[in-house]
This record gives sequence, C-alpha cells and structure tokens, in this order.
Amino acid sequence: MEEILVVQDLTKSFIIHNLAKHIEALHDISLNLKGGEFVGITGKSGSGKSTVFKCIYRTYVPRNGQIWYNSQKYGFVNLAELSERQMIYLRKHEIGYVSQFLNIMPRTTARELVKQAVLEMGSGEDYANIEAQRMLEHFELDKELWDCYPGTFSGGEKLRLNIARAMVKRPRLLLLDEPTASLDHASKLKVRELIEQLKREGTTMMGIFHDLEFMENLCTRVYTMHDGRLQDFQI
Amino acid sequence: MDDFERPVLAVRNINKQYGQGCVNCRGSKGEGLLKNYCPVCGTVYACRDISFEVYAGEILGIVGESGSGKSTMMECLYFDQEVSSGEAYITAYKGGKTNVFKESSQQKRYIRNHLMGKVYQNPLMSLKMNFSSIGNIAEKLISAGNRNVGQMKVRGEELLEHVNIPVYRMKEAPKNFSGGMQQRVQIAKALSNNPPLLLLDEVTTGLDLSVQASVLDLIKSIQRQLKISMIIVSHDLGVIRMLADRTLVMLDGQVIEQGLTDQILEDPQHGYTQRLVQSLL
Repeated sequence: MEEILVVQDLTKSFIIHNLAKHIEALHDISLNLKGGEFVGITGKSGSGKSTVFKCIYRTYVPRNGQIWYNSQKYGFVNLAELSERQMIYLRKHEIGYVSQFLNIMPRTTARELVKQAVLEMGSGEDYANIEAQRMLEHFELDKELWDCYPGTFSGGEKLRLNIARAMVKRPRLLLLDEPTASLDHASKLKVRELIEQLKREGTTMMGIFHDLEFMENLCTRVYTMHDGRLQDFQI
Repeated sequence: MDDFERPVLAVRNINKQYGQGCVNCRGSKGEGLLKNYCPVCGTVYACRDISFEVYAGEILGIVGESGSGKSTMMECLYFDQEVSSGEAYITAYKGGKTNVFKESSQQKRYIRNHLMGKVYQNPLMSLKMNFSSIGNIAEKLISAGNRNVGQMKVRGEELLEHVNIPVYRMKEAPKNFSGGMQQRVQIAKALSNNPPLLLLDEVTTGLDLSVQASVLDLIKSIQRQLKISMIIVSHDLGVIRMLADRTLVMLDGQVIEQGLTDQILEDPQHGYTQRLVQSLL
C-alpha cells in the first residue's frame, strides 16, 4: 500500500510570552502510515501524544518539520504549510479527529450535530438525515436523547456522539485521541467493532490508547512516546 | 483552482490614517509610533497594511481590543469611510479584477446595494427608527432599483419572516422593538438583495445572553441555508469560536495573527493573542 501520512522531524514548542517560558513538547518525531493501517500510540500523560495529533490536524502550528499527507484532492501536501482554506477542505472531507472532549455547539441537538457533519461535505438533506440516524443507532444512543442538547449528556454518551460525528464522514484518515477513555466495557466493544468495520473499509487510522488490551489484535503497529520522543514498541 | 479556493473578497494592504503624518511617522513601519498614534504630530494610524481573503461560504472572524481598528476596517470596506490607500477586489464585481476603492461613487453605491450587506452594532446606523420595519427593507430594495410595490411587499415579508419577526408587527417602527429584534430587522435589511457577502460589526454586543443566542442562531442558519460569506467582528471570543472558520487578530491597526479558529484559540502565537485567550472565561 502506498503511504498516506509521512511525518518527518516534527518539532513543536510552546512559547508563553507572559510567563517568558519556552516549553519543548515534541522532538524530531518521524513516523509513517500506509493506507489501511491502524497505528496506536501509547505513553504517559504529558508525553506529547495529543500534541502530535493536533499538529497533524493543524490545531497546533508545528515549529519545525514536515507532515506529508497524500490527499485525494491535492495529492501529496505538507500539512504544516498548507493554506488554511485547503486545510478546512481536508478537515471537512478527508481527515477526521475525535478529541477527548466533545466540542459542544450550543443549542444544537445530537441529531443535528451528526447531520451537520454530513451536510458539511455537501450531501443532501435526506442523505444526511439517514446517515445521522444510522450512526446514532449504531452507537445505541437512547432514542430519547437524539433530539436533546448534548450539554446534558453523561460522559459516555458525549463521547459516543463525538465518535459518531467523526466517523459518519467516513474520513480517509481518522485520528482518535483516547476514544475509549471514559467508556464502559460494552461501549468500548461498540467502538472496537466500528473501528474494525472502518478498517475493513480501508480507513487509515491512528489512535491514542492507554488500554493495551484494547489495542491488541487491532493495531498493525504501536509506538510509544516518552518526553516528546517517539519509540518503537511491540506488544 | 476551484470555487472552494477562489476568494469572494480579497483585501490588499488597506491603510487608513487620520492626519497628515510627519517626518517621524510617515512611511515608518511602526517605529516611532505609540501604539498606533504618532506622539509628534498626533496622526492616528487606524489600519496599517491589512490584507486578507474571504472565501465562498466562509465565516471570517476578526477579534481585537477596542481601538484596534476592526470597525474602521469594516467601515472602509462598506465605503462608509474612504481608505487612505489599499485595494479590494470583489469576485462578483467585474470578475474581481477591479479595485473597488478606485470606482466612482455611483459604482460604490451599486456594490453596497447589491453585493454587500452590513449589520452595525448600533441599529440606528442602518435603520430609520420612525419608518415601519418593512419600509426599512423596501428602502434598500428601492435603492437597488426595485419599483414594484407588490413585489417589494412580498420580499419584505419573506425576509422579516426569515428573521422571525411576526407578521403582525411588520408595519411597526423599529423604535418600538427590543434590541434583539432591531438587530434581526437589520439582518433582514442587509440580506434584502441577496448579497454574496455580509459584514457583521459587533452584532451581539450589548444584548442579553438569550437574545444574543437567538441572533447567533439566526446568523448560523442564514449562513447554512444561503451559503453567504461573512466577516464577523467581535471582541467576544465565544462568538468567534461558535461561528468563524478562520480568525484574524488585530492589534493597534495591524493584523498580528491569523489562522484556523481552533488554532488561534488553542495555540496562539503572539503575546497579545495569548493574553486574550487566557482572559476567556
């Protein structure tokens, strides 16, 4: 398979002006992902796992290094230098990101939230409705909750909704930032099932997990991070 | 380059100064200035070399402290004020090849009426408080060349309904309306000629939270339905976070930082932006 993502010497530091501090978060991270792979990252909290993801998703601006992404629309592009408008396109169509926390849009119901993700891609209203329903059903979110505001949901429900919103787009590259952290066992299995399904469909994924058991038989490769450095790791 | 990457509006190096300038400040890149003010001759540099693009269907947020030149820049774009120098290109106007600031006042009026809509912080700026609401909208339709009263009435009702003004209050003057309703009438007026670009200047400032919410929801639904591009000026980061795809940060008349909204909020680079984000409740 050809490569989807190649990260070369990624370095990230935070300069906090009013504290006059310089924090080194990542040192020369290099990794690559082939199409259809599922790569896991594990490591202590604060070791920079999420920072890598956020650099790829351009929530953080990398200080140095290149992030080559093989886009369907643009070909090989460097995400670190891509124009903002192109990045928005990729976010809407190709790269999905599940964060640890649900970014709640105020006064938007669960169903709307998932629907919007589909509409963003330019699909029609009817298709979006069907897809949203299918996704909410799959995650066994209570039917009563579909038309409620997610602000009142429990942690697990929020997380399932969050994953549903990212997965409904069937992205080419999916970044999962601890998608199972606060889920009960049954929900974890649901997520796993869905990841397996996406894997079969050929989605390339990268995930942060603490749960080694969960990663077993799922990940093609596992990296571990320590103090902003990446090390190879095998289960 | 497809439509997705073609700007609706491209702004190049807008400058706006109040005063003649002197040896100390003229042509300087900010050295010798106290913030945006020349201590020698008193010239105020309200906008300095502002450049940006707005793309189709996009919401661009502009944040910055009071006095940073956000509103001045918006007024320049809407021809309320004349720029000292700079260029702006609107794709819907002569294919985006003409600098609109150099056009005649007649052409500028055309652009204002057909290609842009503006919503001010203060409804007094765009609404005639003693006219009926529907009359206010008709005014904009007339200036765009409509003469058929029946058609204007239908369009006016349609617009006011769209912004949730009840039918039985359409003939009432905006002075009797609450702040939120006045803002909604303004939005209806700005939308009356289906402009591709909407300028929103502090539209929610001074409204109570629930009314703010209803105005924001309206803006969001308009953007989704009509796919209009918008520039939203606000000093409320919450508004920007909710609405904007990309954000510019202004300080002392200059754009100091720009990026994707979540990047500006989570990884601000400039000292001022970091202070701003840290002030967020």
